[in-house]
Amino acid sequence: MSANLDTVETVISAGEEGYKYGFVTDIEVDELPPGLNEDTVRFISAKKQEPAWLLEWRLKAFRRWQTLEAPDWAKLNIAPIDYQASTYYSAPKAGSGPKSLDEVDPELLKTYEKLGIPLGERAALAGIAVDAVFDSVSVATTFKGTLAAQGIIFCSFGEAVREHPELVQKYLGSVVPPGDNFFSALNCAVFSDGSFAYIPPGVRCPMELSTYFRINAAKSGQFERTLIIADKNAYVSYLEGCTAPQRDENQLHAAVVELIALEGAEIKYSTVQNWYPGDAEGKGGIYNFVTKRGACRGDNAKISWTQVETGSAITWKYPSCLLEGDNSVGEFYSVAITNNLQQADTGTKMIHLGRNTRSTIISKGISAGRGQNTYRGAVKIMPKAENARNYTQCDSLLIGKSCGAHAIPYIDSRNPTARIEHEATASKVSDEQMFYCQQRGLTQEDALSLIINGFCKEVLKELPMEFAVEAQKLLALSLEGSVG
Amino acid sequence: MTNLLTIENLHARISGGRDILKGIDLTVKAGEVHAIMGPNGAGKSTLSSVLAGKPGYEVTVGSVLYQGNELQGLGPDERAREGIFLAFQYPVEIPGVNNMYFLRAALNAVRKQRGEAELDAAQFMKAVKAKLSLLDISDDLLKRPVNVGFSGGEKKRNEIFQMAMLEPKLAILDETDSGLDIDALRAVANGVNRLRDPGRAIVMITHYQRLLDYIEPDFVHVLADGKIVASGDKTLATDLEARGYAHLASAA
Repeated sequence: MSANLDTVETVISAGEEGYKYGFVTDIEVDELPPGLNEDTVRFISAKKQEPAWLLEWRLKAFRRWQTLEAPDWAKLNIAPIDYQASTYYSAPKAGSGPKSLDEVDPELLKTYEKLGIPLGERAALAGIAVDAVFDSVSVATTFKGTLAAQGIIFCSFGEAVREHPELVQKYLGSVVPPGDNFFSALNCAVFSDGSFAYIPPGVRCPMELSTYFRINAAKSGQFERTLIIADKNAYVSYLEGCTAPQRDENQLHAAVVELIALEGAEIKYSTVQNWYPGDAEGKGGIYNFVTKRGACRGDNAKISWTQVETGSAITWKYPSCLLEGDNSVGEFYSVAITNNLQQADTGTKMIHLGRNTRSTIISKGISAGRGQNTYRGAVKIMPKAENARNYTQCDSLLIGKSCGAHAIPYIDSRNPTARIEHEATASKVSDEQMFYCQQRGLTQEDALSLIINGFCKEVLKELPMEFAVEAQKLLALSLEGSVG
Repeated sequence: MTNLLTIENLHARISGGRDILKGIDLTVKAGEVHAIMGPNGAGKSTLSSVLAGKPGYEVTVGSVLYQGNELQGLGPDERAREGIFLAFQYPVEIPGVNNMYFLRAALNAVRKQRGEAELDAAQFMKAVKAKLSLLDISDDLLKRPVNVGFSGGEKKRNEIFQMAMLEPKLAILDETDSGLDIDALRAVANGVNRLRDPGRAIVMITHYQRLLDYIEPDFVHVLADGKIVASGDKTLATDLEARGYAHLASAA
């Protein structure tokens, strides 16, 4: 952590030095005019100096996208999106953000303080332009060195395309095919950048990937692309996102995440999503339309998704597992909060293909204000999945009288040996619970936080320690003002 | 000795309803144990709710002074941090929240108010062990979520254990004997007796006289139709047991 903090400080001071000496004068500002057609796709690919196969891949996805309709089956109220009105490429504009903490919205800083974000990190999160020099910082290089010594590749997606094209070409789109859905097709056509990780056979990744890199990740753009491959018997824990509220001018986010776990490998993928949810009246806010899917592509593989979704005006997200290998395991642990006018339609799909495959789904939905929260899940047992097992627990918690919670579980079993369990509850934060906590001395805020964290406990315990502490505070913050 | 609690001509009701308390006068000094008895519907639970500041209750007339200061206007948590403890008739379940974690959060909130340092996990465990001997409480109970799946006896014991840890100045025990078998009642009563202290007042609200066999009060008051209709020493309780509430209630 301290290395982390030091680095940020170093970077900030480096940035200041840079400004002083006119470091940023030679920045090429180029931006495409709004609009989306084949030329847009070609332009992006050319800008990124991509190989021909990737351009073809993008174009194919784009043509597919043109034939698709935005999905309307989710329980979401989405204003029409004009895809031709957006800009799909703009070069990084250094110096366009605030220059110092003095220029940052004090409300935002107050929130960082409440979350306990280290001082040095706050600057970077607030969008102060430090990332221009981020990659050249020695600590980053040291981490990369540690990883490289074990043969682990962890880099930006663009770098992976240049340095490891064979891996990218082999696995890209192998879990989420370009034409999978409207938003994934759009992502394939115009994705900006993202992350790539490869863990070689038998290697246990020695650190949580991206605890250090999370500030970078916060800026990776509107159409993010993530590809993680754990080779045979490898292990990796990957953290995405950040508990700090993230500033972003783009309203639509359509990311794609693909995970591949080969025989005996395990991938643990944790997300804390706190994009701008819009104001209390529902104005503004991010549309988060993400496609996340992992494939257990060998026997005894395991993929575990943990997500804490507190932000975004609209969340449309179903991290899923394809359990192809025998004895493979899929897990989904989720907390989703909707407050004010937020809407969330989120859940998972567990597709059991191999024998003795097991899946666990624990979903906790919390609705407050006028928020609408839907759990949507599918458990599918295919004919060859002998002795497959699923356990689903789906709990909803309501705060106040104007919110809604909905559960839509689909179960499709095509093998008589399957065992599927589903439990669901809906409850309210009761006045009695609040009074009991307050009578013991806890403030109203602390009381609510305690009750909410208790409700989410089974999910929060799946998060890596450092993340979990921040996530607990975040839950309380997201619901501030929803009681009393 | 100065009064810890002074209730004067207290009228109170559930917000928007009719007065349930219709003019209560009561004075409690530190070190004293008061029993408030009365038939169903007399206003016993309303009195404890009003003292603890439960939302949804309002005082229409009169005053409640605690350590010389008016309680009205203070939230339930502020009163708790000032040393008012309510042992609930029906302790509330909080799923997923570890009993120890809950108690530590509560204790630290109270300690902060008193200007004492907050306890870390290790210091807290030490404090817990010291108090555990007071009550027959198993470690298992401490590790479980607050009141979830507790038997009636376990819930009440847990309330008294919380009281032991929080060391209030004024403890209000609301029907603490209800739902207890004789062994559990004895255990809870023993715990309360060990918490009697010259610096602490205890107000027991109870329907039955049997609790007073185990916790001997200094004063007994009879509450009927929102008023205290009789006050006396513990012999009043014995008297009540023999003659019932009816003759007192009709006097109200």
